[in-house]
Amino acid sequence: MSLSATTARPSPAAPPSPDVSRRRRRGRLLNRLDVKYSPYLYIAPFFLIFGIFGLYPMLRTAWMSLHDWDMIGEHTFIGFDNYTRLFSDEYFWNALVNTFGIFALSTIPQLLLALFLANLLNRSLLRAKTFFRMAIFMPNVVSVAAVAIVFGMLFQREFGLFNWLLSFVGVDPVDWDGHRWSSWTAISSMVNWRWTGYNTLILLAGMQAIPKDLYEAAEIDGASPWRQFWQITLPMLKPTFIFVVILSTIGGMQLFTEPLLFGNGNIIGGNQREFQTLAMYMYEMGIVNLNTAGYGAAIAWAIFMIIIVVSLFNFLLVRRSAK
Amino acid sequence: MISASQRLWRTSPLTYLALVLAALLSIYPFYYMLVIGSRSLDNINDVPPPLTPGGAFGDNFGRVLDNDAANFLTGMMNSIIVSSVVTVSVVLTGSLAGFAFAKLKFRGSNALLLAIIVTMMIPTQMGLIPLWGMMQDLGWYDTLYAVTVPFLVTAFGVFMMRQYASQAISDELIEAGRVDGASTFRIYWSIVLPALRPAAGVLGLLTFMETWNSFLWPYAILTPENPTLQVSLSFLSYAYYTDYSQVFAATAIGTIPLVIVFLVFGRQIIGGIMEGAVKS
Repeated sequence: MSLSATTARPSPAAPPSPDVSRRRRRGRLLNRLDVKYSPYLYIAPFFLIFGIFGLYPMLRTAWMSLHDWDMIGEHTFIGFDNYTRLFSDEYFWNALVNTFGIFALSTIPQLLLALFLANLLNRSLLRAKTFFRMAIFMPNVVSVAAVAIVFGMLFQREFGLFNWLLSFVGVDPVDWDGHRWSSWTAISSMVNWRWTGYNTLILLAGMQAIPKDLYEAAEIDGASPWRQFWQITLPMLKPTFIFVVILSTIGGMQLFTEPLLFGNGNIIGGNQREFQTLAMYMYEMGIVNLNTAGYGAAIAWAIFMIIIVVSLFNFLLVRRSAK
Repeated sequence: MISASQRLWRTSPLTYLALVLAALLSIYPFYYMLVIGSRSLDNINDVPPPLTPGGAFGDNFGRVLDNDAANFLTGMMNSIIVSSVVTVSVVLTGSLAGFAFAKLKFRGSNALLLAIIVTMMIPTQMGLIPLWGMMQDLGWYDTLYAVTVPFLVTAFGVFMMRQYASQAISDELIEAGRVDGASTFRIYWSIVLPALRPAAGVLGLLTFMETWNSFLWPYAILTPENPTLQVSLSFLSYAYYTDYSQVFAATAIGTIPLVIVFLVFGRQIIGGIMEGAVKS
């Protein structure tokens, strides 16, 4: 387009032929349309696809949750009955307790460990920095399915590595998937292994953004490294820490693959639902049992609400405690 | 003479000990995949458990290929196709929209960008059940369309490209393009896209890994006849949970491509994640 415009430019002596000037006018019009509407064209793919496959299903989840909805049959409007049913559904409460239990066992040790490792990696004289960063981040590269398969074997009752190691301290073989606490521990260890490195890097990035002269001033005042960590690093790290906590909350409340594969694909999570999470219960109600899809949709909204409440709670907790 | 800041950041042997331990714990399960994946079946139940690789990897993987319950090769091919298409699309649509938000003036741009940022906070499982129904209506159940089309765009991609474009591309450069009579798309293709390459590369790597590893949705909408790699692995592990060496050989083969990608581009991936964290 730019080429034809320059070659077609007539010499100033000769008046432009009507043909050329018409072409130029059309060029200007096209140019105006281009500048005005191109931006909308460029953002259109996102809004189109997100609208159809993201926003619409989400709103439809809300609509479905107000119905007794059979995916391949009748839909009857029942108002908020699905939501009131949640309160008296013992399987829902069971899944809620499991989700929070696994969430606590995976988030708290994980963030403490990540904070510790980030603090170690933050030393400017450290050698082999890139090696350590890459090694610690490696687990995040593996798919959740692969992690669950490998850890499923490590936690195997008869010949798994963990029971073998425990035998040295005189512990009888643990039936990891047979009890609540043991299954929570096994599932949390998968989450911890896969995500500690990721959170370490995020916290490290936050630490590196803290101005170094703050530490130098503290050093001159004779503050110990431990005190500097408490008085400078932690308070300055607050925004990053909130970010990490909220990310972990969103992930933790939607936990699905680890417990599913740990129980060999059993959607109820153990014989007695010992480790069925909220996301698994939603899947059981909405997709395994197609005739209770409306109730499954209500569980989806409940998960969303819980994420918002827990995120807000954690946000306030972190903001206050680091004051 | 050591300066105050150097003394402050000094490293002790204990630091290295802790980091080496963390690195070993991080890497051990990869090694373990190879150990079990290369042992013959009668070794697996040994006490103590095997700690070094054996020589049966080829044999074990052969059993995976012969196994028609999980269709491993189909899964591998499907994952390559889906991850590649999604990656190319996310980078192109993300850079186009990111360019528009960063460098073009149009009415409503701020509100629309805010809308995109808000969508990043929405949990992905929210629309799962109706989306499953939609796929039935579209006739996409158990097809690759179902696991590709909804993921062709991401809010994260748009946002990341916008952040990078607004600092990496000067307005003068775009003005110069306009003066030369280039169309907006020409400016995008010849000026913006080349300038966005570093960030687009990181976005591509992250998108590829995420798509390769995604589980819940492919598991809900595909069957063992036409799985992605992760779905195939899960069915293999359900059906052959006693044949660990076969399952582990398959898991190792399914993990190796990403490990290679990570070993080659790890520095960029880590840089991208850490930069993203500081900005948000």
